[in-house]
Amino acid sequence: MKRNSEPTIFEKSRPGANEGRYTPAPDPASPGAAELLGESAGDVLAETPLPLPQLGELDVVRHYTHLAGKNFSVDANFYPLGSCTMKYNPRVNEWAAAQAGMADLHPLAPASAVQGALKLMYDLRTYLAEIAGLAEVTLAPAAGAHGELTGLQVITAYYKSRGENRTKVLVPDSAHGTNPASCTICGMSAVAVRSGRDGRIDLDDLAGKLDNSTAALMITNPNTLGLFESDIAAIAALVHSAGAQLYLDGANMNAIVGIVRPGEFGTDAMHFNLHKTFSTPHGAGGPGSGPVAVAKHLTPFLPVPQVVRKGQAYELDCARPDSIGMVRSFAGQFGVCVRAWCTIRTHGPEGLRRMSETAVLNANYLAAALRDLLPLPYDDHCMHEFVLSAHPASYEGHGLAGQIAKRLIDYGFHPPTVYFPLIVPEAMMIEPTETESLEMLDAFVAAFRVIVAEFEADPGSLVHAPFDASVARVDEVAAARKPVLRWRPTRQ
Amino acid sequence: MASPSDRRYSQTHEWCKVNGNEAVIGITQFAADQLTDITYLELPEAGSKITAGSPCGQIESVKSASDAIAPVSGEVVAVNTAVRDEPGLVNSDPFTAGWLLRIRMSDPAEFDNLLDAAAYDALTAG
Repeated sequence: MKRNSEPTIFEKSRPGANEGRYTPAPDPASPGAAELLGESAGDVLAETPLPLPQLGELDVVRHYTHLAGKNFSVDANFYPLGSCTMKYNPRVNEWAAAQAGMADLHPLAPASAVQGALKLMYDLRTYLAEIAGLAEVTLAPAAGAHGELTGLQVITAYYKSRGENRTKVLVPDSAHGTNPASCTICGMSAVAVRSGRDGRIDLDDLAGKLDNSTAALMITNPNTLGLFESDIAAIAALVHSAGAQLYLDGANMNAIVGIVRPGEFGTDAMHFNLHKTFSTPHGAGGPGSGPVAVAKHLTPFLPVPQVVRKGQAYELDCARPDSIGMVRSFAGQFGVCVRAWCTIRTHGPEGLRRMSETAVLNANYLAAALRDLLPLPYDDHCMHEFVLSAHPASYEGHGLAGQIAKRLIDYGFHPPTVYFPLIVPEAMMIEPTETESLEMLDAFVAAFRVIVAEFEADPGSLVHAPFDASVARVDEVAAARKPVLRWRPTRQ
Repeated sequence: MASPSDRRYSQTHEWCKVNGNEAVIGITQFAADQLTDITYLELPEAGSKITAGSPCGQIESVKSASDAIAPVSGEVVAVNTAVRDEPGLVNSDPFTAGWLLRIRMSDPAEFDNLLDAAAYDALTAG
């Protein structure tokens, strides 16, 4: 690949370049802004034209086509980004979501005009409740962390209704960073629970920190080391005996859908990441969807509106006096819900179980191959992901995880998640998902083996990787310390 | 490299140097090396109270965001503004120019519970 950084569209602009070639003529019948605004035009219209780039339409098309070619996506390459579940997004999901009856709905359309969409939402929340083994689901939250916040607000409302003041939330030290952040935003305080030597929650530490001010334990199961919390029944019993709630961060549901229902291991509230587990496009900031499922005692506090069925008709119900209220505009991220509904319906119950089993099998296959190349600190059968430590005993330097990650780009692979979870030095968190072929997994192992050999032959050789990407090693320290947040034109 | 013996250390890798009833606190070279390049520090304002064992600031590096844990309790009397402007000072000189807070201690006995340099270096050697 030739190193080639695409100039910005502003840098490509030349005065008058948009004239003389293909230039769509303005519609003479359509009124201009001045005409539409009438007398107020002088107050609100800009006095000088905006400094928009001037290019012919073809040049604009080529610019964005070039940029699109630089985009790294799961449609083009393997994307083993741990905890993100970057799986294939089936084309049928995109077809369904693009139908006019789905894509062109107005969120304020009357219920009578959108019965199909409401039925889809009702079905989806019913399916998710079945998968969770819990009483009721809200589709409103717009992403996983938003689901966490919604779940914590529901729990807070529950304790308030009982006259209890519980604001402490226990969070394992291997948790996603969003967990303590959600606690803080919700006005609660997060307290870390230690992981034991086997990478699972230390029960003694948990028991010592549970008290009558504890609102919840936020647990991720399987956890971010890719390990199933095998003491989950004992953990749930401890949490419940302290009068607290067990909250499940469902980011890692891809390992257990159709195999175990969180409600049956004591979960009181949880969120799903539809954009992970249920195969909807994500990365680069969304769109996501983080439905929350709760046990019966928490259902009165779920957000509104809730899609309900009355006889044969569906409607949005806002008459829930104990509800925490709305958590976002309208009724959720509908386009993502359509894709998740499709995933559930095209797989069916057995297919969903097979999805999780294959994800776990693929992760164990990769872990078995890669543990010969780098240490695997919590060396146990993993679930859907595992965490290597790019910190071989023979190497005293730092930063190897980042170097291997950057070098993988040269071989056409997206880097795994690095430096998370924090309890593993030089962590590399790898999640292949169920949609990769054996050949692709083998190709990844082969590239990894070559890179580790390059490092062993010359420990300094990877410091400046990637070598073949269109953008070389970026200075992450300078970017964080002196960020340049917008492009500015150079005055001529 | 041995940690300076003119101060004491917490299990969570902060140092604390006492002068009368005031203490200067910072993070150790070991902590700075583990964090790698520090990019941003969030420190309490002068006048705020800090409690031993509780967070007294947040340190962001290219790798992670971590809490600095107060080794002793007291009131913040001065904040090192130089490290706010140039966080790399904590990496290059954590024991001197990279100090974080000066504290008026409310319970000077807490200092005696901290590790001496030899004990701290033994902790980080393993």
